Amino acid sequence: MTTAAETFMAPPARPGPRRWLKKNLFSSWFNTLLTVVAVAFIGIVALSLGRWALVTADWSPVVENLRLYAVGPYPAEQMWRVWAIVIMVSFLMGVSGGRWGGAVRTFALALAIAYGVLATVPISLEYLPLASRLRLASNILAVGLGILVGRRLAIKGYQMALAWMVSFLLTLLLLGGLRNAAVAPYLPFVESGRWGGLLLTFLLAIVGIVASFPIGVLLALGRQNSLPVVKALCVVFIEAVRGVPLVTLLFMTSILLPLFLPPEVRIDRVLRAMLGMTLFAAAYMAENVRGGLQAVPSGQVEAAKAMGLNGWQTMLLIVLPQALRVVIPAIVGQFIALFMDTTLAVVVGLLELLAIGRAIINSNPQWLLLDKEVFSFIALIFWIFTFSMAYASRRVEAAVGLGKR
Amino acid sequence: MATSSSSLPRFLTRKGVPLWRDVVVLQWVAQIISAILVVGFLWFFISNVLAAAEARGLGLGFDFLRNSAGFPIAESPVPYDPSRTFGYALWVGFLNTLKVSVVGIVLATFLGLAAALARLSSNWLVSSLAGVYINIIRNIPLLVQLFIWYFAVFQRLPPVQNALTLPGPIFISQRGLYMVGPQPTGTFGLWLLFVAAGLLLGYLLHRYLLAYQMRTGRSRYPLLIGLLAAAGVALLGWFVVGAAPLRLTTPELGRFNFEGGVRLTPEFAALLVGLVVYTGAFIAEVMRAGILAVQKGQVEAAKSLGLSAFQTLRLVVLPLALRVIIPPLISQYLNLTKNSSLAIVIGYADLFFVGRTIINQAGQAVPVFLLIMAIYLGLSLLTSAVLNLYNRRVQLVER
Repeated sequence: MTTAAETFMAPPARPGPRRWLKKNLFSSWFNTLLTVVAVAFIGIVALSLGRWALVTADWSPVVENLRLYAVGPYPAEQMWRVWAIVIMVSFLMGVSGGRWGGAVRTFALALAIAYGVLATVPISLEYLPLASRLRLASNILAVGLGILVGRRLAIKGYQMALAWMVSFLLTLLLLGGLRNAAVAPYLPFVESGRWGGLLLTFLLAIVGIVASFPIGVLLALGRQNSLPVVKALCVVFIEAVRGVPLVTLLFMTSILLPLFLPPEVRIDRVLRAMLGMTLFAAAYMAENVRGGLQAVPSGQVEAAKAMGLNGWQTMLLIVLPQALRVVIPAIVGQFIALFMDTTLAVVVGLLELLAIGRAIINSNPQWLLLDKEVFSFIALIFWIFTFSMAYASRRVEAAVGLGKR
Repeated sequence: MATSSSSLPRFLTRKGVPLWRDVVVLQWVAQIISAILVVGFLWFFISNVLAAAEARGLGLGFDFLRNSAGFPIAESPVPYDPSRTFGYALWVGFLNTLKVSVVGIVLATFLGLAAALARLSSNWLVSSLAGVYINIIRNIPLLVQLFIWYFAVFQRLPPVQNALTLPGPIFISQRGLYMVGPQPTGTFGLWLLFVAAGLLLGYLLHRYLLAYQMRTGRSRYPLLIGLLAAAGVALLGWFVVGAAPLRLTTPELGRFNFEGGVRLTPEFAALLVGLVVYTGAFIAEVMRAGILAVQKGQVEAAKSLGLSAFQTLRLVVLPLALRVIIPPLISQYLNLTKNSSLAIVIGYADLFFVGRTIINQAGQAVPVFLLIMAIYLGLSLLTSAVLNLYNRRVQLVER
């Protein structure tokens, strides 16, 4: 039996579709006009885009070169190494998802679904052979297995971080191989000039962010420091790097660096570009970390001192853990930006995704006029990765309550 | 501390604390070590450069800037030919960077404002449309967008003979965009002086009348009168200087290309469109955040005071929103300026592009790079100085 008061208290029913339309699209004559214009605009754009993508466009430079987009000129007979790395990352992603649950698990599951979509993508077997499809599908198993492992075993947070670090080093080792004669038959050396495509894009961004992390933390601490000389050096570095475009830094490490080193020291091209990316990322990382350091209340430092901790202990045990926890969202954002900035490596002649696209267009006279298709495909790849990473990080942030300070 | 020991350093007087635990000593040691490390690194680099320069016969001075450049520059806001010096070529590049940045900043601000207002619109469709624009553009690298604009759009325009003709006349073709436009004549410089004087007069009048209005409460239309005064002086100057300072030029199809008219090259247009579309999406988010940051109570208070909708926007919402918007907005402007260095991939002759050409021509990599980086650095230091000044002013208003 409901009383009148209770019916009054009941939450308002969800507006019906008519009310919703009225409120959001046709509330006034101006709004109606806007709606009509917007519908016309969307209709025209969707129609012409759809017609172009499905009818006019010639996607042959895209589908015939999927391997080039993925790994560039990496030797075909060594592709098992790349697959091993992908499986390893999928597994770790699964373990992380199982360990932390929530948005991380959603991300891992989305990854598994993406593998499923890729494995069954409707193009000729000639361009994406059955073996590759099976390998892609096996990654779904890796993710699933990882989730099981992550849920069953009580893995600590630092162990997980350690596992990711080890996988990073293993990735570099697997990709490059060794010159050592004992290992060479099994893991022949692949010079970095043959790394390319999406693989190199990811590698540049990950190396940049990982290597810049310790440097950035040191620079931020130096900038917060009371010692005038140290502080001045850090400020000059940070501001100088942030004040110039990334292209000039890449050029400097790629072209000028050999002049700055003794003639017998030779650093290869990919490594020089990575150095430029790292210097650039370190300056921005330092500013992010500084923000985190400033967010730690001074009472924490005073309490630590009152407990009798010395300066190092206060920094390492009290301040940094809190500061770094706050800046995780900013670091993810920086990683996404760096991931997009890797395209600038095209300017110094590395074969990352965008450069591969150009090389493919120029490799076949019939494809010379198909740059719209190739660049749209590359834009789509970038968009899928950056948008999903940004989305996932927002979800994680909201779930953990980070960045709320 | 005893007076007798005050002239001595602290660590010599404090017997109880050993040297290696004295904070002052440790700090000084840390500073000296880090300074020595940095100086050592610099020394190492510089001596290597000197050795390399000697071995390869590279010059390190800036004397070459006075040599003749010997290469053409596709577009230049000031007269340029290959016989001019390297230094002048670099100046042309700098002007081109400024040109694309200033035009880009103005257009990106308008685009960003429009997108922000659309995103905040109560119309669901318009708001989602703006959201789609922002989320697509911000998640695709600028360089990929520039490639699409230049190679897939501007290079695919029809050839000159079949140029698209828009009313005006405006001709759009592979060679760029030609349109009717003003062209400075000999008296232009003199006329500019009049314009500057007019602006100054208008500004002073506006200030005086505004102060009068604040004192007495009676409006003398400060903005209108100030603008009229500025326009009046400019108009007076137009007739005083003699021949008209600007004259209209109209493009006409010649044998191979258009002649006359104002031209936008495809390189400039692609770079400009790419930068504006990209930065506009970021500016939209900045402005949206700023407008959302204004508390509802402020608007309600303004309304209850009897201000009209426009007055509420101009006198209450905008000043409050601007305080949040300006700092990130300026850093977006700076990003746009720095991103204009990507011109190198599509061949627009900006500072960086000209610098690269000079390095190829004269082989003076080190000094040219120092110069380029110093210029970009100068621009950003100038920007952050302006920003700090603004922040200080705003803070004073706030507290």
